[in-house]
Amino acid sequence: MAGFLARRLLNYVVLVAVAASLAYMLAATALDPRSNYADRTPKPPPAVIDAQLTALNLNDRVPLLERYAVWAGGVLHGDLGKNVTGSPVNDDIARRAGVTFRLVLLGMIVGSVGGVLLGALAAVRQYGWFDRVSTGLSFAVLAVPVVVLANMLILFATWVNDRLGTQVFLVSGEYTGGLDTGFWGSVLDRIQHLVLPTVSLSLALVAVFSRYQRNMMLDVLGADFVRTARAKGLSRRAALTRHALRTALVPVMTYFAFTFGALLTGATFTEKIFGWHGLGEQLINSIFTNDVNTVAAIALLAAVAVLCASLASDLLHAALDPRVRAG
Amino acid sequence: MTPATTPETAPAPTSASAPVLDVRDLGVCFGDVPAVRGVSFEVRPGEVLGVVGESGSGKSVTASAIMGLLPSSARVSGSVRLHGRELVGARDKELNALRGRAMSMVFQDPLSALTPVYRVGDQIAEAVRVHQRVTKEQAMVKAVSLLDLVGIPHPAERALAFPHEFSGGMRQRAMIAMAIANDPDLVICDEPTTALDVTIQAQVLEVLKKARDETGAAIIMITHDLGVVAGLADRVLVMYAGRPVEVGTVDDVYYRPRMPYTVGLLRSIPRVDRGAQRRLEPIEGSPPSPAALPPGCPFGPRCPLHVGACDEAEPPLFETGPGHLAACIRWEDEAASQAETAVSETGTAAEEAGTAAEEAGTRPRAPAEAGEAEEAKEAAVPRGEPVLRVEGLVKDYPLLRGAVFKRRVGTVHAVAGVSFAIREGETLGLVGESGCGKTTTLLEILELARPQRGRVVVFGHDTARLGPAERMAIRRDMQVVFQDPLASLDPRMTVHDVVAEPLRTHGLGDTGRRVAELLTLVGLEPEHAERYPQDFSGGQRQRIGIARALALEPRLLVLDEPVSALDVSIQAGVINLLASLKARLGLSYLFVAHDLAVVRHIADRVAVMYLGRIAEIGSVDAVYDAPAHPYTQALLSAIPLPDPARERSRRRILLEGDLPSPAHPPSGCRFRTRCPKFRTVLTEDERVLCVEAEPDVLPVGEPAGDQGAACHYAEKLDVVQPRRNSR
Repeated sequence: MAGFLARRLLNYVVLVAVAASLAYMLAATALDPRSNYADRTPKPPPAVIDAQLTALNLNDRVPLLERYAVWAGGVLHGDLGKNVTGSPVNDDIARRAGVTFRLVLLGMIVGSVGGVLLGALAAVRQYGWFDRVSTGLSFAVLAVPVVVLANMLILFATWVNDRLGTQVFLVSGEYTGGLDTGFWGSVLDRIQHLVLPTVSLSLALVAVFSRYQRNMMLDVLGADFVRTARAKGLSRRAALTRHALRTALVPVMTYFAFTFGALLTGATFTEKIFGWHGLGEQLINSIFTNDVNTVAAIALLAAVAVLCASLASDLLHAALDPRVRAG
Repeated sequence: MTPATTPETAPAPTSASAPVLDVRDLGVCFGDVPAVRGVSFEVRPGEVLGVVGESGSGKSVTASAIMGLLPSSARVSGSVRLHGRELVGARDKELNALRGRAMSMVFQDPLSALTPVYRVGDQIAEAVRVHQRVTKEQAMVKAVSLLDLVGIPHPAERALAFPHEFSGGMRQRAMIAMAIANDPDLVICDEPTTALDVTIQAQVLEVLKKARDETGAAIIMITHDLGVVAGLADRVLVMYAGRPVEVGTVDDVYYRPRMPYTVGLLRSIPRVDRGAQRRLEPIEGSPPSPAALPPGCPFGPRCPLHVGACDEAEPPLFETGPGHLAACIRWEDEAASQAETAVSETGTAAEEAGTAAEEAGTRPRAPAEAGEAEEAKEAAVPRGEPVLRVEGLVKDYPLLRGAVFKRRVGTVHAVAGVSFAIREGETLGLVGESGCGKTTTLLEILELARPQRGRVVVFGHDTARLGPAERMAIRRDMQVVFQDPLASLDPRMTVHDVVAEPLRTHGLGDTGRRVAELLTLVGLEPEHAERYPQDFSGGQRQRIGIARALALEPRLLVLDEPVSALDVSIQAGVINLLASLKARLGLSYLFVAHDLAVVRHIADRVAVMYLGRIAEIGSVDAVYDAPAHPYTQALLSAIPLPDPARERSRRRILLEGDLPSPAHPPSGCRFRTRCPKFRTVLTEDERVLCVEAEPDVLPVGEPAGDQGAACHYAEKLDVVQPRRNSR
C-alpha cells in the first residue's frame, strides 16, 4: 500500500507540474499586463513600463520561455512571484486560501452529511412521499443557478431580520470590522456571517449528494448481503445502517474528496455575492487586471487541491473498502 | 381415488414428533401475479425436505415467505407455523427474534451474500451477538469454532479475512457457519450449491450433512438439481407454476412418480451413468408465465397424458400412496404405464448387460428403436483427417499491477500445453471446472492466429501460416455457439437479421429462403423470423444461436457451454437437437462444458482439463466407465445421480481444498496438492515422481486404446457404477 501511494504521489507531482506550467503559459500569452499602463494619466514612458514589467517578470518582450523559467524557478523555491501592483502573491493567496478553506470545509461537511442522510432516507422509502419531495426539491435546487439561489437567501435573511427586529443573519463579508465584543462576541459574529454562504454552498451539494447516495443505496438495498443480514435476525434498521449504508458510502466518500478539491477554487459565485474575499473571487479579479502571476498561482493551487483530493479519495476508498486494499 | 385436500395425512417417515415447520396453503402475490399458490407441507426435526422445481416455479419465493423476507410489495396468505407459532402477519420484531435463531437461511450466491466491507469472522460473530448476550471476544471465539466446524483450514486466521479473499466454496461454508451459529431448528438452503463446481458442491453438501447432524435441525433444501436432493433428502416436494404437484418420500418420487411433470423431469436429466444409448426425453414447450396460467392443470399444455378433462379445473393433490401426493387426475394411468415399462425394461436391462461385456472392444450397438441420438453415434465412427488438431497449445496472461505504471508481477498459465484432435463427424467434449482453461482453449482456437506456443491446425491449415483471406474462408467452416443465449443475440435485430448476418458477411445473397430453412432445421417456425430475440424463451433463443452458427454450412461447430443456462426440461431438447443435427449434417463438434453428464450424452470422446492441462482423454464410454486419472475419478464421483438408492450407497471421492491459482501451479503434477491417491495411497518414494515430473498424457489400459491419462500412477477405477439393470 505504501509503495502504491508513493508511486501515486510521484504521478501527481508530474501532473501538477504539467498543469501549472500550461496554466502559466496560457495566462502569460493571453493576458496583457502592458495594457494596464495604457490608460494611466500621465502615460508613463515606455522605458519605465518595460522596466517595471521586467521587474515583475511580466514583460511580454522577454521570450515566454525565459519568463517561464524565472517563474518556475521561483515556484520551486516557494515564491509565486509578484502581482501587478508589486506586492508578493504568496501573502495574498495565503490569506485568501484560509478564507475559502473555512467556507468550503463547512459547506462540504454540511452538504455531504445532509445529502447522504437525505439520499439514504429517500432510498429506503423509494417512491414514498419523502422520496418524491426530496427528489423534486433536489432537481429544483440543481436547476436554479447559484446566483439566484444566493440572492434568494439574502432576501429571505433580510426578511427574517426585519421580522425579528435584530440582525440574525449578516449578509456581507467575513466578519464585522472594528468589533469590540471580546472573544465570544467575535465568534458569534463570524458564525452569523458564515451561515448564509454555507447554506448557499451546501444546498447545491445536498442536492447532488442526495441523488448520488440515493442511487448507491438503491443498488445495495436489494443486495444479497442485506438479505443475509436480515436472515441473521438483524432488524431492518440495523441491517440498513450497518450493512447497506456502510457499503453504499464507499463511492460517495470518494466523490466527496473530489468535490472538495474542485470547490476550493469553484465557490466563486458564493464568495462574490457574500463579499468573502476568497480564491474564487480573486481568480476573476486577477484576470480582469491581467495579473498573470496570480492567475498562475491560483491555477497551481487548484491543481494541487484537486490532486490532493484525489489522493485523499484513494486513501478513503482504501480505508473503507477492503477489496481495494488488497492491490 | 380420493382427493386428499389436507396433506397432513402424510406421515413423515423419519419421526412422529411434532413438526418444526408447518406450512398450510401458503400463497404469495406480487400485484395481481400469483408467484406461489397453495403450498402446504411440514418438516419434522432432523428431516431434510427437498423442494425441486425449474426457474420460476416459486420455490425461492416460498423460502423467502417462510423467513418473512419478501419485499413489502408481496402479499402473503395462508399460514406458516414454526413450532406452532404463526409467522404470516407476525410483527417484524417478533420475526427478528426468530430469524437466525430458530430458523436460518443459506443463500444461493455466496459471492454476494456476504457484506464485502466486513471481515468474515465479524459477520459470523454478528449473527451470534444478535441473539446471545455475549461479549465481542466470546462471539469471535464462537465464530472461529464454527468456521472450524464447517471445515475452513486455519479458522483463527481466516476469520480475519474479508469475503473477497475467500473462494466460492469457502464463502458458502462461511454462510453455513452463520446459519448454524445459534443452533437453529430449521435451516432453509436456497440453491446452496448451484453456483459452485461439482467437486466443491460435493464438499459443501458434506458440510451441510455434518451441520444437520451437529444441530439436529430440519433442512429445507431448495434446488433445481434432482441429483443433489436424491442423496440428501428424506422427502421431496416438486413444484410447478407456483404450486406443489408431487410430494412424497424420496424413493416414491424418484422410483414411482405419479405426476407426468416429475416423470418428464426425471427422463430429461442427462446422467453420467447413462450414455447416449438412452435418448433424453425433453418436456415439450416451456413453463407458463405466472401472469398467464393456462386453464385447468398448468402443466396440461406440455403433458403427454393430456386429455380434455385436464383443462376443466386445476387438479388437487390426490393421495396416490401412503404419504405420496400427486396433482394429476390421471395418476393411475401413469402408474399403470410405469408398471408396463418395468416389464419391458427387463429386456433392456439384459441388453445393457450385453453392452457392458462388449465395452472394451466395439462401441455399443444402438438399440432397435434407434432415435436421432443413436444416429449421431453411427456417424461418429472416426474417419479421415482430423478437422481440428491442437498440439501443445500454450496461453499465458501477464498478471499486471499498478494503475499508471503497469508492471508484470506474475504469469497466469491459463493453458499450459494442451493437445487433442477432432476427426470428421466426431464430438469432443472438453470438460473441467471453472478456471481450468477450457474457455481459453476455445478462444485460442477461434482466434485462428499463431498461438504463443504449440500448433492449431484447422482443416489441415496451420493457423500460424494463415493469410487474412484464408482465415476468412476457414471461419465459414468453423462457427461458434455461445453460452448465454440472450447476451449473444443483438436485441435490436430481428431473428431474420441475426440468422442472415453470417450469410451477408460472406456475400451470399437470397437470405430469405435460407433463413426459413435454417429456422425449420432447428425446430422453429419460419414465421418467427420477424420477431425479436426477447420474444423467445431461453431454449428457443439458443436454437436461434444454433441456426446462426449453421447458416454457412460449417463443418466444425464450437459450442461454449451451450445448455448450461437452460432449465433441465429445455436443455434436453437442445441436446437432442444438437445430436440430430450432427448426424444429419455430418458436423463435428468441440463441446465445452462443465457438466459431465451433458457431455456423456452428446460426445464421442472427452478431454478432462485440470489447471490448464489435459488430465484424461479418451472415448466417452471408456473414460466414464473406467476413469484412470484420480481427478476424473473424483469429478465423476462428485456428480450426484438422480437415483436415491444408489446415491446413498455410493462411495464419494472428496477432493480437499480449492483449485490452486493458475499463476502458481504446483511443481510436477498439477493435481498432486488435491490428489487423494497422492495423499493416501502412494508411498514416500512414489510421491517423489509426482513432485518432480509433470506427467504427460499416456495411453492406459490393456490393450492400449484411445484412452490416455496424465498420471504417473494411472489406474482404471469404476466410480459411477453404470446401471447394469433396472431396479
